[in-house]
Amino acid sequence: MFIALRDLRFARGRFALLGAVISLMTLMVVLLTGLTSGLGAASVSAISALPTEHVALAAPPGQTDPQFALSALPVDTVDRLGAQPGVRAARPLGISTSRLTAGDKTAPVSVFGTDSSLLPDQVRVPDSLGVAPGTEVELGGQRLTVAAVGDETSFSHLPVVHTAIGTWHKIARSESLTGVLLELTADPADPADIGAATGTLVLTREDAYDAVGGYAAEQGSLTMIRVLLLIVSALVVGAFFTVWTMQRGPDLAVVRAMGASRGYLLRDALGQAAVVLALGTVTGAAAATGLGLLARQAVPFVVDGGTVLIPLTLMITVGISGAAIAVRRVTTVDPLTALGASR
Amino acid sequence: MTLRLESLRLLYPDGDRDLVALDDAALTVEAGELVAVTGPSGSGKSSLLAVAGLLVTPASGTVRIAGQDVSARSPAARDRVRRERIGFVFQQSNLLASLTALDQLMLVGTMVGRPREDRAHELLDRVGLTGKEHRRPHQLSGGERQRVGVARALMGDPAVLLVDEPTSALDRERGRQVMTLLREITKESATATVVVTHDVEHLDLADKTVTMRDGRTSKPLADHDLLPARKAPADHPPRP
Ligand SMILES: Nc1ncnc2c1ncn2[C@@H]1O[C@H](COP(=O)(O)OP(=O)(O)O)[C@@H](O)[C@H]1O
Ligand SMILES: [Mg+2]
Repeated sequence: MFIALRDLRFARGRFALLGAVISLMTLMVVLLTGLTSGLGAASVSAISALPTEHVALAAPPGQTDPQFALSALPVDTVDRLGAQPGVRAARPLGISTSRLTAGDKTAPVSVFGTDSSLLPDQVRVPDSLGVAPGTEVELGGQRLTVAAVGDETSFSHLPVVHTAIGTWHKIARSESLTGVLLELTADPADPADIGAATGTLVLTREDAYDAVGGYAAEQGSLTMIRVLLLIVSALVVGAFFTVWTMQRGPDLAVVRAMGASRGYLLRDALGQAAVVLALGTVTGAAAATGLGLLARQAVPFVVDGGTVLIPLTLMITVGISGAAIAVRRVTTVDPLTALGASR
Repeated sequence: MTLRLESLRLLYPDGDRDLVALDDAALTVEAGELVAVTGPSGSGKSSLLAVAGLLVTPASGTVRIAGQDVSARSPAARDRVRRERIGFVFQQSNLLASLTALDQLMLVGTMVGRPREDRAHELLDRVGLTGKEHRRPHQLSGGERQRVGVARALMGDPAVLLVDEPTSALDRERGRQVMTLLREITKESATATVVVTHDVEHLDLADKTVTMRDGRTSKPLADHDLLPARKAPADHPPRP
């Protein structure tokens, strides 16, 4: 990297500009990753915290995809599913949206009727609602007692409160269930067969994310923006190093004439790209981490190893790929052109 | 070590037929000898240098350094010969813009595995650049750049020194200084030196002169044969 480092110092203006662009791109990719992850959690963290691996929803008419919001099953579905071969246990699941009032505070919440450890007219609420155990609250017209506080999860961007299924029926003013939680045996029958036999669709927890309103569209569009940013980054880095390598053509011809091997020049050029990329991406990721830690006090935002290191690694990978394609041409420089151009 | 070019033929593709850049060209340069190559533009001077410097492979003929045929080797082996046995001085000095004078030499030092800074300083001193080691090319004059180029060519301790039109970008006096430096260095380092020039003024500094025409080399002439009227300078060693 003898030439690479000296070029970096000599053309520091140009490289600083490229580094700044890479840094901003990384900042955006890391921020979007944290936001995607945060919005995803706000949408489905209560589903990922369900106590069973599988959940059955009402099979929608036609070929449409199942949705929690549209799913309604008769109460006896629990027993019918429980009787299916391959099912070890089936429990009712009720999900509805309601309004929780405690004193003069009111908040919209998602109500999950799954917790069989709760007594009738008891509710378990997340910390963030700021209600102490023992407090009387009103939930969908029912007076309930806060039995426990904890388990911060959310569903469709609303904090989740838990009740027993009986209490849930009263709050939701519904005779039917939203779905059925299924525990399958270790060697389960095909979940599709279980669904077909009972007029339901049996989904894994992860597949059930897409049945939460807006989740798939939200994640899809954010992911598309991230992919576009990565592609643009590769193109920007590739374009920069294409121009840069062409400008260096005469210098490279001289160094080749002096006996530098192709590999020597290639390593030198790739090393240079790696230095710029490393500095740019790490700066951008560090800035994004700082901003993310501030932002997550106000918006759903996740800052952890995955949301920082994965996009950072991706940026370095696409950047190096873009640079590699561009600097490959150092190997095709003709040392003959170092001699006085005869034509 | 002797540089010996034997019956070189070099063709460049040119439309339907090939252009003959070298046609049975030959040249022998002993260690410590400076041979000037002159001739009209397009006569094949640069081509001769390119073949001697292993930048192109001739259609036929051989390049021998110390008796070994180096022209027929693999590309990687030829890179190595260029690094370790050959020093180039280019027309416009062709220094790297981002490197200081010292680093121009240290680049060669690292490439040949001898990054000796004391040696680089010694060579820069030798070409009269003491105090200017840390200047970049744009902070040096044309003559100074050319002298850095000479020092750089020596950094790899080459057996063969190949010089392409070293005076073409310089005025008469600076041109003569560079040619004199090349002559002295050839004697001191015992390189086999080939200098392409069409500056007939400085041919008296060469031990032999070869004239090219249409890709062919003339029989070598000593400079007093070519320019009988010119008196040799005082530092000129006596000729056999
Ligand atoms: N890279 C090249 N491709 C095609 N023809 C070339 C090339 N280099 C030189 N030539 C031709 O070869 C001949 C010899 O050129 P050159 O060795 O450069 O002569 P000189 O250095 O004496 O001016 C000229 O006719 C020139 O046009
Ligand atoms: Mg020429």
